[in-house]
Amino acid sequence: MPEIKELVKNLASKHGRTRESLIPILQGVIHEERYISDEAMTEIARELDISAAQVYGTATFYSFLDTQPRGKYVIRVCKTISCAMKGKNLLTQEIEDMLKIKVGETTQNKKFSLLETNCLGWCHKGPAMLVNDEAYTDLTSEKVREIINEYMKK
Amino acid sequence: MSYTNLKRVDLIFDQDCNPKEIIKNTFAKNNDQIVNELLESGLKGRGGAGFPTALKWKYTAEQPEPNKYIICNADEGEPGTFKDREILFKVPQKVFGGMVVCAKVIGAKEGFLYLRGEYRFLLPELEAQLAKFHADLKDLKIDFKIKIVMGSGAYICGEESALFESMEGHRGEPRNKPPYPTVSGFRSKPTVINNVETLVYAFMICMHGARKFKELGTADSRGSKVFSISGDTPKAGIYELELGMTVEQFVDDFGDGDTKAVQVGGASGFCVPRKKFKETIIGFEGVPTGGSMMIFNSSRSMYNVLHNYLEFFEEESCGQCTPCRVGCQQLIKGIEAVKKGQKHANYLEHLQKLAQTMKITAKCGLGQSVANSFFSIVENFKEEMIY
Repeated sequence: MPEIKELVKNLASKHGRTRESLIPILQGVIHEERYISDEAMTEIARELDISAAQVYGTATFYSFLDTQPRGKYVIRVCKTISCAMKGKNLLTQEIEDMLKIKVGETTQNKKFSLLETNCLGWCHKGPAMLVNDEAYTDLTSEKVREIINEYMKK
Repeated sequence: MSYTNLKRVDLIFDQDCNPKEIIKNTFAKNNDQIVNELLESGLKGRGGAGFPTALKWKYTAEQPEPNKYIICNADEGEPGTFKDREILFKVPQKVFGGMVVCAKVIGAKEGFLYLRGEYRFLLPELEAQLAKFHADLKDLKIDFKIKIVMGSGAYICGEESALFESMEGHRGEPRNKPPYPTVSGFRSKPTVINNVETLVYAFMICMHGARKFKELGTADSRGSKVFSISGDTPKAGIYELELGMTVEQFVDDFGDGDTKAVQVGGASGFCVPRKKFKETIIGFEGVPTGGSMMIFNSSRSMYNVLHNYLEFFEEESCGQCTPCRVGCQQLIKGIEAVKKGQKHANYLEHLQKLAQTMKITAKCGLGQSVANSFFSIVENFKEEMIY
């Protein structure tokens, strides 16, 4: 995995090789790879001179630091009460039907992952979702179809 | 129904001010003057806990340690809260302004803004605004720098000591207190950590003086507050309102005419049922809130609401202390069993005892506050829990 090695090295040079750099480095790996592989964790541990268990322990604490393979576009639908009241379940269903996957799964072509997440901070404009870092609000079935179709073309 | 519009206030989002000018004028005052003005204003933290802001600054300033920090807590994660996002989007210069004033008072050279991962889309604009702010400081010959640190999707990191852990590159597990952040915070140095909104109010008090702020609110809850309003309301959104209103006044203005309950303060806050609307004041003398106001009408099942909150806590509990880790799981299992008829209705009393134990023994505010929504929903909507 020479690419991972290169990526981790560059991130460590950018953020520094102290413990405080660990989370920014993990975030950098997520940005490029969408998940943090075992190889990446071992490599980060080596760069920062800490144990791989420390890296693993930190990474697995945070819900946005995925440690299993994800698609190029990670869809996170808000499941907290305000969005749930505004019909979040219908949206999840719509996306499941479109992508032919269930919540927690990734499409075969590794393009999309569908997840549910806690409050995104758009309660007045629910239901809401994130696609990677981008927020989409006031969603309807139609709107969701449009958004997903756009990403399918990318 | 009496229809009264509550008083709208415009301190936070008011664009008619020059942040650079306010910084310049404030830096001409001495630290005691600034702290006394804040103390006089009665400003309390706007994140929910309500600690007097002036005292936080004063205690940190008194520490002899040369390295100190000011941290802006923008890890807004409480269900039903979204005001900090709007503040950072609309008036970032005022947030930075509050931070540099605090830095002057406590003697800090570095500040950090911890932004929740869910708001990463704000980052490019915030960085641009920050560059402008740093240029202004250079003009004013003020030696202070702010760095933005990103969170990664953990509600618990809004707890101040968990936030320090996260910034130091660790799991976001809260620390034991004392020592408090004013003595030992980020990198074990004296640290002021304030909510986004608190910093803007502090900055506005520097501009307008304490009097204008004190004219608003009540003796225990001075000033105004930004509310995040959602749920069954035709007017969902962000409103700055004077403190001291009752839930009834609030519902008259924001309800849909069929309001059954209002959850004040998010999942960790309190549920106020219709019969208590009149007597309950929104503020530190009644039900405190970090700004989250969720309105439920009579079509909603309060069992579903409670279940949703408990699932939230179960996932967001850091798992470090047993009362919270196991307690959240057992509360969910318990209410499910009662609902399905597998347990007798009086099992709810056992669950309430468990919630009470969590309140006393959990290590941090997360585990301690699960009991707030649990008690206030179970006691007021018992039939909905059982049938």
